[in-house]
Amino acid sequence: MGVEQKLGNMGVVTTTLEQAVAWSRTNAMWPMLFGLACCAIEMMSAQASHYDMSRFGMELMRPSPRQSDLMIVAGRVSRKMAPVLRRLYDQMPEPKWVISMGDCASCGGVFNNYAIVQGVDEVVPVDVYVAGCPPRPEALIHGVLTLYEKVRGIKFADAQK
Amino acid sequence: MDNKLQPIVEELQKEFGVTASEYRRDASLVLPAEKIVAACQKMHALGFELLSALTAVDYWPQEQPRFHIVYEFTSVSKNLRLEIRVPVPGINPTVPTVSHIYRGANWRERELWDMFGIKAEGHPDLRRILMPADWEGHPLRKDYPLGYEEPQFTFNFEEINLRKPYAKE
Repeated sequence: MGVEQKLGNMGVVTTTLEQAVAWSRTNAMWPMLFGLACCAIEMMSAQASHYDMSRFGMELMRPSPRQSDLMIVAGRVSRKMAPVLRRLYDQMPEPKWVISMGDCASCGGVFNNYAIVQGVDEVVPVDVYVAGCPPRPEALIHGVLTLYEKVRGIKFADAQK
Repeated sequence: MDNKLQPIVEELQKEFGVTASEYRRDASLVLPAEKIVAACQKMHALGFELLSALTAVDYWPQEQPRFHIVYEFTSVSKNLRLEIRVPVPGINPTVPTVSHIYRGANWRERELWDMFGIKAEGHPDLRRILMPADWEGHPLRKDYPLGYEEPQFTFNFEEINLRKPYAKE
């Protein structure tokens, strides 16, 4: 029970700073417009009217890494693309998160060969893995919501490292 | 074999002293590496304007010859195709360049070097074309290892997890 129930409607909301920060982070998490392969089609589909990721504050795909909080690695990462991916990740401002979308990004998928990085977690730290080849938009949205749960659980004391 | 291709193949057979083989109406000649430049000049003079493919086949573990370099010639004006194969050994495989005859062979020979390690002698700029410049080995060779991802199951998940090269923040 908060003070607002005791004192009635005063136009004031009480909360903790952690909750307020988590609310602002999760309700306006802008993913980077960054598709690598066929998973990008499902990512676009998740953005479009049928699945409508803007329900979760993700209506804006930023084409610049400097304006985005979330990197969705949508597709297989080739060895030549890996340095580019890392560079984009390094350009993103803190705090930042990574979703590895699909089997290829998570573990190489069907491409067990010289050309493809066997899991994008070798290049950037991944928060959520989404399985599927490619994952349906529902799966991606579930991955995003799983990430939200993680973000809501972040304590400032832990974030100090 | 195509009626228009027949006299061309006969001319090539006479000039280079080889016998053509045929598979599903596609003619193919096998030539030694030292004759490929003369053959390319001849093909170009015969109206085959386009070198539509230049690639190789690895017959490892067979060593003599280990590779077949495949030249696919196309005549757009005459609607004809012809294949010439050049066998090369596995140790220090080289072939003379044809990039001065067919300009498109420049990148194809770089790909040949990149993927199979077959050197095109006399090539103006023999570098890797697809793989990163510091890459070791030639990935389309049959003895090149596959990927390295170890499948994780419940019984060995932790063990593999410990030695996986995870990225840092």
